[in-house]
Amino acid sequence: MSDAAPELLTTIGLEIHCELATATKMFCGCAVGFGGEPNTRVCQVCLGHPGTLPVPNERAVAYAIKIALALGCRIAPSSIFHRKNYFYPDMPKNYQISQYDIPLGLAGSLDVTTGAGTRAIGITRVHLEEDTGKSLHMGSGGRIHDADYSLEDFNRAGTPLVEIVTEPDMTSPDEGRTFAQELRSILEYLEVSDVRLEEGSMRFDANISVAPPGERGAKVEVKNLNSLRSLHRALAYEEVRQREVLAGGGTIDQSTRHWDEKSGVTRPLRTKEHAFDYRYFPEPDLVPIKPSPEWLEGITAGIPELPPARRRRFIADYGLTPYDAALLVATRAAGTFFEDAVAGAGNVEPKLVANWLANDLLGRLAERSEDLATTKVTPQNLGALVGLVAAGSISGNQGKVVLDEMIATGRPAAEIVDERGLRQVSGRSELEAVVGEVLAANADVVERIRAGDTKPQGFLVGQIMRATKGQANPAVVQELLRDLLQR
Amino acid sequence: MSATPGSARPPWTLTATELIGLLRSGDLSATELTQSLLERIEQVDRDVRAYITVTPERALARAAAVDRARAAGEDPGPLAGVPVAVKDIIATKGVRTTAGSRILDNYIPPYSATVAERLDAAGLPMLGKTNLDEFAMGSSTENSAWFPTRNPWDLGRVPGGSSGGSAAAVAAGEAVWSIGTDTGGSIRQPASLCGVVGLKPTYGLVSRSGLIAFASSLDQAGPFARSVADAALLLQVMAGRDPRDSTSLPNPVPDYSAHLDDGVEGLRVGVVSQLMGEGVQAGVRQRVQEAITLLGKLGAEVGEVSLPTFDAGIDVYYLIAPAEASANLARFDGVRYGLRVDGEDVAKMNSRTRAEGFGAEVKRRIMLGTYALSAGYYDAYYGKAQKARTLIIRDFARAYEDFDVLLSPTSPTTAFAIGEKTQDPLTMYLSDVCTVPTSLAGATAISIPCGVAPEDGLPVGLQLMGRALDEVTVLRAAHALEEELGPMPHPPLWGSPSE
Repeated sequence: MSDAAPELLTTIGLEIHCELATATKMFCGCAVGFGGEPNTRVCQVCLGHPGTLPVPNERAVAYAIKIALALGCRIAPSSIFHRKNYFYPDMPKNYQISQYDIPLGLAGSLDVTTGAGTRAIGITRVHLEEDTGKSLHMGSGGRIHDADYSLEDFNRAGTPLVEIVTEPDMTSPDEGRTFAQELRSILEYLEVSDVRLEEGSMRFDANISVAPPGERGAKVEVKNLNSLRSLHRALAYEEVRQREVLAGGGTIDQSTRHWDEKSGVTRPLRTKEHAFDYRYFPEPDLVPIKPSPEWLEGITAGIPELPPARRRRFIADYGLTPYDAALLVATRAAGTFFEDAVAGAGNVEPKLVANWLANDLLGRLAERSEDLATTKVTPQNLGALVGLVAAGSISGNQGKVVLDEMIATGRPAAEIVDERGLRQVSGRSELEAVVGEVLAANADVVERIRAGDTKPQGFLVGQIMRATKGQANPAVVQELLRDLLQR
Repeated sequence: MSATPGSARPPWTLTATELIGLLRSGDLSATELTQSLLERIEQVDRDVRAYITVTPERALARAAAVDRARAAGEDPGPLAGVPVAVKDIIATKGVRTTAGSRILDNYIPPYSATVAERLDAAGLPMLGKTNLDEFAMGSSTENSAWFPTRNPWDLGRVPGGSSGGSAAAVAAGEAVWSIGTDTGGSIRQPASLCGVVGLKPTYGLVSRSGLIAFASSLDQAGPFARSVADAALLLQVMAGRDPRDSTSLPNPVPDYSAHLDDGVEGLRVGVVSQLMGEGVQAGVRQRVQEAITLLGKLGAEVGEVSLPTFDAGIDVYYLIAPAEASANLARFDGVRYGLRVDGEDVAKMNSRTRAEGFGAEVKRRIMLGTYALSAGYYDAYYGKAQKARTLIIRDFARAYEDFDVLLSPTSPTTAFAIGEKTQDPLTMYLSDVCTVPTSLAGATAISIPCGVAPEDGLPVGLQLMGRALDEVTVLRAAHALEEELGPMPHPPLWGSPSE
């Protein structure tokens, strides 16, 4: 046996920032939104003019509590805001109103299933804060210290932001990504965030360390992870990098690194950039948040069935595979569409509805840059279409043609089938006469077949389909031919 | 200056209460009154320098609107037409607001403070913005980036601070009344040194929205006036819940004038022994003692009370206030408004802007506060100061079990000479020793004049402290004492107004 390198374990914790989809900002009345002309959604409060005071957005507090509850957190009876002090040109007050030692939610957990099984990932805390503006550093490197000048857009400044911090409970980049996906799903179900990663409404920071079992590795923080893909790539890169350093006899120092999406590597940040003493202290402009039991009850009542429970139910009640269940539960809209379609399909295998939805409809919508929210196809109409296919009224291929037209026009399946004369004829008695006629007209072919040459049978099927304008059910035609030719 | 019918004296010499009568009877118009004050400013402000900015057009326009409303038979409000001066730390839309700092040179706010809006809604023409110690940090108005304000009683002396301009304006007849802000004594101490009435309301009674923050957990705006009754009227306009300030209190606002004449019979008055001792100037102690005797004669039950934690007041205050200030003043970075001094990169631009924009005292407090909040020092300084603050609040609560109001000098000394304490910040800080405890407790207190000190002829102020939200009792006691003390002398600058 060769000397195997000592086994090394990977430990990952995540910090997720999620913008809340409230109508207005965290501490002022400006609209929350993405993009737009720079500095058009701003006022004296979110620009940090002297003398202005923050007034908390009650909806944002409710959303953050909803998230904390959905993640099984304990809600603090009296939680307070702190000021986090550091200078950055896109932070108007040069302190961020955030939470520190008494966050809204504490000590929750979320189950995550990967190939390695299902594990509970601890949620350390859920807290509320305000987002910064955006800096555009003009000049060579696009970074603040080598810029010729910087442009500031404060439209985003003051957008309510929830920070979710996990325990270092994840053991692989796959588990990290799956956790992030599952969390994103939950946030979408709660209808508290747009969860549009490409617009930065969800951002990740990761802590990752590699060490032999029982030892504690130095924590490396990786920043600038703005998609599930970059989260996974950065974790995978960093895991390999740290393993290689250790294998080469080197050591890992506690540090902060920046993910460079273009070159696919992490790079150390200049120490200056992260050696902050934030000088947290309680925000004197705000009073503690003390949620009343009635308010909490109301928020709890507004939490829908969440992806883990829905997935279990789809497998148990509809007989879906775990794969299909996961696919359909990933967004609240897909799951609900599925259930409505099953109801609309009548007595049909739900599995069949799942296939049509997941493979056919979602695939076609993606090609057209549409989704379930924008499509003209209603769940009831999709269900009816699957019902027609299942009953043999149309063939599967015809069904796909019908679906294309449904996507284009939004008309019901039955209407399209009737108009195009697509309804399949499956009754033996209806087809017997036609088959008889075709056989009579091709006596020579019948002779050859009966003599043992089965090749021309396909020709007869073609003739029958032609005579029925394609409406004959091919399976029934085959059956009839077999019976009649054997006589 | 022509004499007004019904009065031998020009309008600028009268109290608001007197002026309101003349305005209502039609013997005086708001425009005449405003003009009288603007002329007075023209006449004496080159010596006193109470104002940073005078806004004559704006004041006359507001006065004219009040006169038009009255002429049309409308009611412009009970106080309408009596002009007011506003400390230059209160944001006024469209009017330069500097907080006494170079860093806000030519800063014109895009919005108005709630207090400024309420004054305007009540029909009070704003005469201008008054001088102050930069960002309200100081006790002499010498820390203004622009110029020191001079005490109308003696132009070689300070008016106190930080609201020195607002106090001096009222004392010099350059305003009928004015608005100041008080963080650790910034209304009461200058009121005392200038011989006028100044009230610090309970924390949360007056909205802080638009008050450029020094120490957020302590700052309160309040009135300066020539009488307790006037202060009560102005407080009435300012007080009340504001949705723009989460820390403003929802409690209903009582009628502050209704109980002024109820007297002090049976009122329990506690004289704070810690504030009547060694450090207090003899003449100050003498005048305060005489006032205490008068209160006894009026039927008040006067006793002595010891509040041992008061000795820690200044120490606690000079940790908490600078800590909050260090964060509050971080926004002045040259990025969005105010002064910008360019540098090779953003960080250098920030630090050059702040190096040139802030004065020495502001920098000292930012450093003090930054240090007090730093990792490793937080518990020893800021954390401990907050605990001590709780002890001071408890001391007050115990005292209020036996007393209705507490009494002390407002300032241990009368007005000191310009330049006398600028080289010694610690001595300057001690000017606030009597006023800081009430600020830390978030309660209310008033300073009223109680004569002049025999040794220097300068005004002495007496402080009456009350429970949180008990302005009514404090005003009632102050009014009773004011009546009994009789008319106060005017500063020499007053001249003989009937000339």
